[in-house]
Amino acid sequence: MSDTLEIDGLGAAYGGKPVIDGLSLAPFVPGSVTSLIGPNAAGKTTLLRALAGLHPAKGAVRLGGRDLLALPLADHARYVTYMPQSLPQRVALSVLEGVAGALRASPVDGPALSDAALMGRALEVIELVGIGHKALAGLDHLSGGQRQLASLAQALARSPRVLLLDEPISALDLYYQLRVMKLVQRLARERGMMVIMVLHDLAIAARWSDRVVVLAEGRVMADGRPAEAISAGVLAEVYKVRGRVEQDGADLRIAIDDILP
Amino acid sequence: MQGVEHDPAAILAAYRARRRRRGMILLGMVALGIAAFLLDISTGPSPLRLWDVLLGLFQPDQLSAPEQTIIRQVRLPYALMALLVGAALSLAGAEMQTILNNPLASPFTLGVSSAASFGAALAIVSGISLPFVPADWMVPLNAFIAAFASVLLLEALARSRAAGMEGVVLFGIALVFTFNALVALLQFVASQEALSQLVFWTMGSLGRSTWGGLATLAVVLAVVLPFSWRAADAMTALRLGEDRARSFGIDVRRLRLFSLLRISALAATAVAFVGTIGFIGLVGPHIARMLLGEDHRFLLPASLLTGAVIMALASVLSKVLVPGVLLPVGIVTSMIGVPVFLLLILKKPTRV
Repeated sequence: MSDTLEIDGLGAAYGGKPVIDGLSLAPFVPGSVTSLIGPNAAGKTTLLRALAGLHPAKGAVRLGGRDLLALPLADHARYVTYMPQSLPQRVALSVLEGVAGALRASPVDGPALSDAALMGRALEVIELVGIGHKALAGLDHLSGGQRQLASLAQALARSPRVLLLDEPISALDLYYQLRVMKLVQRLARERGMMVIMVLHDLAIAARWSDRVVVLAEGRVMADGRPAEAISAGVLAEVYKVRGRVEQDGADLRIAIDDILP
Repeated sequence: MQGVEHDPAAILAAYRARRRRRGMILLGMVALGIAAFLLDISTGPSPLRLWDVLLGLFQPDQLSAPEQTIIRQVRLPYALMALLVGAALSLAGAEMQTILNNPLASPFTLGVSSAASFGAALAIVSGISLPFVPADWMVPLNAFIAAFASVLLLEALARSRAAGMEGVVLFGIALVFTFNALVALLQFVASQEALSQLVFWTMGSLGRSTWGGLATLAVVLAVVLPFSWRAADAMTALRLGEDRARSFGIDVRRLRLFSLLRISALAATAVAFVGTIGFIGLVGPHIARMLLGEDHRFLLPASLLTGAVIMALASVLSKVLVPGVLLPVGIVTSMIGVPVFLLLILKKPTRV
C-alpha cells in the first residue's frame, strides 16, 4: 500500500490551554520509522494521542487521503494503534490472552476468526516479537523487557498501518532497548507500516530512525534525516545543553558537554 | 532469550487444556452451588434430611404438611434469594472492579449499598409515593435511584484526572459514612413502625424474602446477564489499560456507562429486597479471579457462581452459628468477610 500519512493543521489542548496549534508535517512514508524527540511538556505525547484519536483535536490527519479524525474511533482504530509506555501492573492475564484480547476488542481487517484461529494468530505475533516461550506466562511474571515485547505484540496483532509508540524503551535495559528498536525497524520495512515513536535517547533516535522530528513548546523545531534534525544548534536551543554532533561514516556521534547557563 | 526451545503446537494445546480446566472449575462451582443450596434448605430450627429436602422440592406429597410448608414456603424462598443476591452482588462487584480499575471496588465498599439504604430509608420515613407507582415498590425504586446516582458520582470522579484511583476509594468511603449518617438521622426522626423497618436495612436479612422480590431479582438478573456477557471481551481489553483499549477501538465511555447501569440495577435490586450485605461483591470476584484469571469470559460467570455459593453458605451459617437464632445474614457476611478479605490481601498474586 502506498498510502502516506499527512498531518495538517493539527491542534490540541490540555487542561484548557493549547499544547499544539496549527501543526503540519511533511507526509510520512510507509515503511518509515520516525522519532519524535524534544524536552518534556513539548506536546509529544499529546501529538501522538491526537494522531491515535485518543485526544480531542482539530485539523486533519489524512491516511491515503482519508481524514482519520473524522472517523468514529472504531474505524480509526483499524488503521492506527497507539502503544502506551507500559502495561498496567497486576493484570491476571497471560501474554497469549493479552494479545487475544487485542484481537477480540474490535474487528481487524480480514475475515472473522474462529477462536482457534485467533489464538493461532496471537501466538504467531508473540513468536514474531521473540517471546513465544513465554506465551502462557502471566504478564505479571515477565521481566520489564519481556512485558514491553508483550505490549508490542498486542499492538502489532492489530496490523496497523500506523504504529505510535510512546516512550517504548525508556524503562528498559540496553539489551531490550536495542532488541525493541531492531524489531520495530524490521517490521516497519516488512509490513510497510509507518512508525512514529517518542524517544528521549538521542543516540537511539539517530541510529534507528529514518526521520527525526524535534518538538518544543508545541512547535516543530526541526524535521528531517537524523543528521539534519539533530544538530548542535538544536541541542542548544531546544535542550539547553552544549554539545557536538558529528557525522562519522554512517553513524551520528552526539556528545553532550554541559548544560547552558 | 530468543531461540529457547518451545513448540507452538504444544503451547496452543496447553492453552486449550487450561481452558478446559477452567470449564471444569466452573462446573465444580455449579455443583458446589447446588450442594450449598440443598444444605441451606435442610438447615434451620427443624433440621431436615437431604432426602426430605429433595422430596420436598420434587415430590412434596410424600412429606407431611408441616414439612412441605417449611421447605416450600419458608426455606425455599430464603435459599433462592441467597443464591440470587449473592450472584447479583458478586457480578456487580466484578464489573465495578474492572470499570473503575480498582480491586477494592464493590457495591458495599464504595457506598452504593449505603446509598441504596438511604434511598430506601427516605421512602420508608417520608412515606411519599408517586402517582403510578404501587406503594410497596416505592422503597425498592428509591433505593435504585439513590444507588444509581452514587455510581454515577463515582464514575465521574474516576474519569476526572485530578482524583486518581485513590481518590475514588476515598470518595466511596466518604459516601459510606455520609449515607450511614443520614440513615441514622432518619432513624432518629422516624416513627416506631418506620424505625423497625429502617433497622432492617442496616443489617441485611433474607428474612423478608418474598416471591415478588425473588421474581424481580430473577428478572433483573436475566435481563442484565446477556449484556454483561456481551461486554466481556471489552472488559478484558480494558484491563490492559484505558488508552490501549480505546486504541483497540473500544468505546470505553459507552462501556462504562452501560456497565454502571448494570451495576446499579444489580446492586440496588439486591439491596432493595434484603438490605445491606457486605463483602460478597468484594470477595466473590477476587476468589473468581484467583481461580480463573481475568479473561472476563470466565471471570464474569465465575463471579456469579462464587457469590451465589458464598451467600448460600452464609445463609447456612446464619442459622447454625447461634443455635435456635436466625442471625441477619448481613452480619454473617461481615464477620466472615473480614478474615477472608485479609487472607486475600496476604496471598501471592493470582495465577493465570
